[in-house]
Amino acid sequence: MAVPTLEARSLSKHFGDRVALSDVSFRLDRGEVLAVIGPNGAGKTTLLSLLAGAAPPSTGEVIAPAGERIGWVPQQTAVYSKLSVLENLRLFARLERVGDADGAVAEMLEQTGLRERANEQLGRLSGGNRQRVNIAIGLLARPAVALLDEPSAALDPRQRERLWRFIAARAQAGTSIVFTTHDIGEAERYAARVLVLADGELLFSGSPAELRRHGSGDIESAFVAFLRERGH
Amino acid sequence: MGAVRWMLAKDIRILRRSPVLTLLLVFYPAAIAVLIGLALSRGPGLPRVAFLNEIPPRDAVITLGTTRIDTTLYERQLFQAMAPVPVSTRAQAIADVRDGSTLAALIIPADLPRLLASADQSAYVQVIYNGDAINQSLVEDALESKLAQANAELAEQLEKVADGYIDLLLSGGRLSFLGLNFNVLGLRDSATILDGVLHGLPRGSPLRARIAPVAGFAKIAFNNLASSKQVIGAVGAPIVVRQQIISGHRTPLDYYAVAVAVTVSLMFVCLMLASGTLALEREENTLERLRRGLVSPFALLGEKALLATACAAFVGFAMLVGIGLFVPLHWSRAGLWLLAVAGGSLAFATLGVALGGLVRDVRAASLLALLVSFPLIFLALVPAGSVAVGLYDAIRVVSAIFPFKAALEAVDAAVNRSSPGLWAALGHLGLLVLGFGTLARVGLRR
Repeated sequence: MAVPTLEARSLSKHFGDRVALSDVSFRLDRGEVLAVIGPNGAGKTTLLSLLAGAAPPSTGEVIAPAGERIGWVPQQTAVYSKLSVLENLRLFARLERVGDADGAVAEMLEQTGLRERANEQLGRLSGGNRQRVNIAIGLLARPAVALLDEPSAALDPRQRERLWRFIAARAQAGTSIVFTTHDIGEAERYAARVLVLADGELLFSGSPAELRRHGSGDIESAFVAFLRERGH
Repeated sequence: MGAVRWMLAKDIRILRRSPVLTLLLVFYPAAIAVLIGLALSRGPGLPRVAFLNEIPPRDAVITLGTTRIDTTLYERQLFQAMAPVPVSTRAQAIADVRDGSTLAALIIPADLPRLLASADQSAYVQVIYNGDAINQSLVEDALESKLAQANAELAEQLEKVADGYIDLLLSGGRLSFLGLNFNVLGLRDSATILDGVLHGLPRGSPLRARIAPVAGFAKIAFNNLASSKQVIGAVGAPIVVRQQIISGHRTPLDYYAVAVAVTVSLMFVCLMLASGTLALEREENTLERLRRGLVSPFALLGEKALLATACAAFVGFAMLVGIGLFVPLHWSRAGLWLLAVAGGSLAFATLGVALGGLVRDVRAASLLALLVSFPLIFLALVPAGSVAVGLYDAIRVVSAIFPFKAALEAVDAAVNRSSPGLWAALGHLGLLVLGFGTLARVGLRR
């Protein structure tokens, strides 16, 4: 039986009267790559914020093995634009109390292809490169679980391909990955399992192949058909 | 025109959907206007001064020779420069000054007529201040010219009396004293008589040698006493002002300005820096990342406050050192300067992080810091007694719950040894640090 690294139990989040997430439960196994998809406003970002501990749930709980780190890459880049790439990575490595901070920073610069631009200020980088730094910071501490909120949104196809190779390598090394995306094809290609959220409710949990059965064409058509079928 | 119309409609719609900004745009200028209006509505009003006349009514008029001087005229002269608040005792006058209901107290002592008449001691009026440099300056400015005018009139009257006596001594005449009339010979006639006696004496008379010096003295006395009238006319201040400070050391206005300048600098540096650096965390989206256990809220707020405190304390201390090169400050108190600027900076920095927790970007934080700063400076510098008592009480409450007044008192106490003392002001600032620290912690949860 697979070893769970993260478990959500009946997670709900309310903002005033608005229900952003309602009674969501699932388990994430070690090394598993899980995609969370859904229409805009479905609750994908809220779910990742709760799993990351960036916001408290209204009800429910997130269970993670003691001592395991959870890495989080927020949808909007969360970096200091007046610091260089190297300074950002070093700062967060120290705040994360990474054992060999300099080694982790060097490894991340190598893996994200930012070594050449290490001394450039973040504010002068393109959106795609800023996003690469954003991702690097989330994965600096070699977390057991990496939560990535639309990680490929600002990347060009070549950077995107490189990102997924990087994530796949991490998953093979045992890191569990949860990512959100609007690109359903991307979810099919890289995730072993898909969660479908709509209006804060968890409507589907299964493999991309199982989701595809809800339609006759490609997975995107199947996804739209599934949502229609469920009244969304 | 069409484009302007559509852009105008868009901006109005945006303003309608930004109620906080709209309220700020409407109420802030209104609040500042009300404050200025209140200040102007009192000006150029007279400063409120507690007034106590201790002279019994029967002694109010003094008689010098044939001249009668009514001391109540002097009182009325002073009332042209102030709004008197009559009190019945010295204790009440001091209490009014201490609680700020009057800017100062003016006391005319009971022995003023006696001292005016006696000429062996200076007559005086007493003005009591609470040690606040601005209050003192306001009253001094208001009373100075009227005091000079009253003194000039009194001096003229006294000069006439003195001239009369001198004329009597010079030329002789009739002197009334205790209901009796005397004929006074006068120095001129004395000299003439003595000269006549000298001329009438035989050349070898031994009396010549004895009378000649007396006749010479009479001539010298006549000549010099005549010129002494000019000297009496030049002495123009028969009544002097004695000042009393009821609480601690008096700060001259120039030195108080040093404390104000330093405190204003501390406030701007701290509010801008503390609120700006915290707002920057939200603007860069790093706050959520940090809040995931990387940095505790206390550590985050503490770091921002510490940075602002260190920068502002350095600026404030450097300003004092720089000013000290040109203005004679007490260098032996440099340690206390540092303590005061550090205490004031910490309180301002804590207010800064409380403000920074409320906004989402650095520009809004800077704007908010400026919006808060100006009224606080304005209110803290309103002198007691220059506005209505109820309004001043409200101003005192506002000044007490924000750090500017307490920081100003701390810096003033450290630099000028003014009252209230440094430790009381630092204690006040400590309470504000706790209060605003709690608010900042709550604001960070947003």
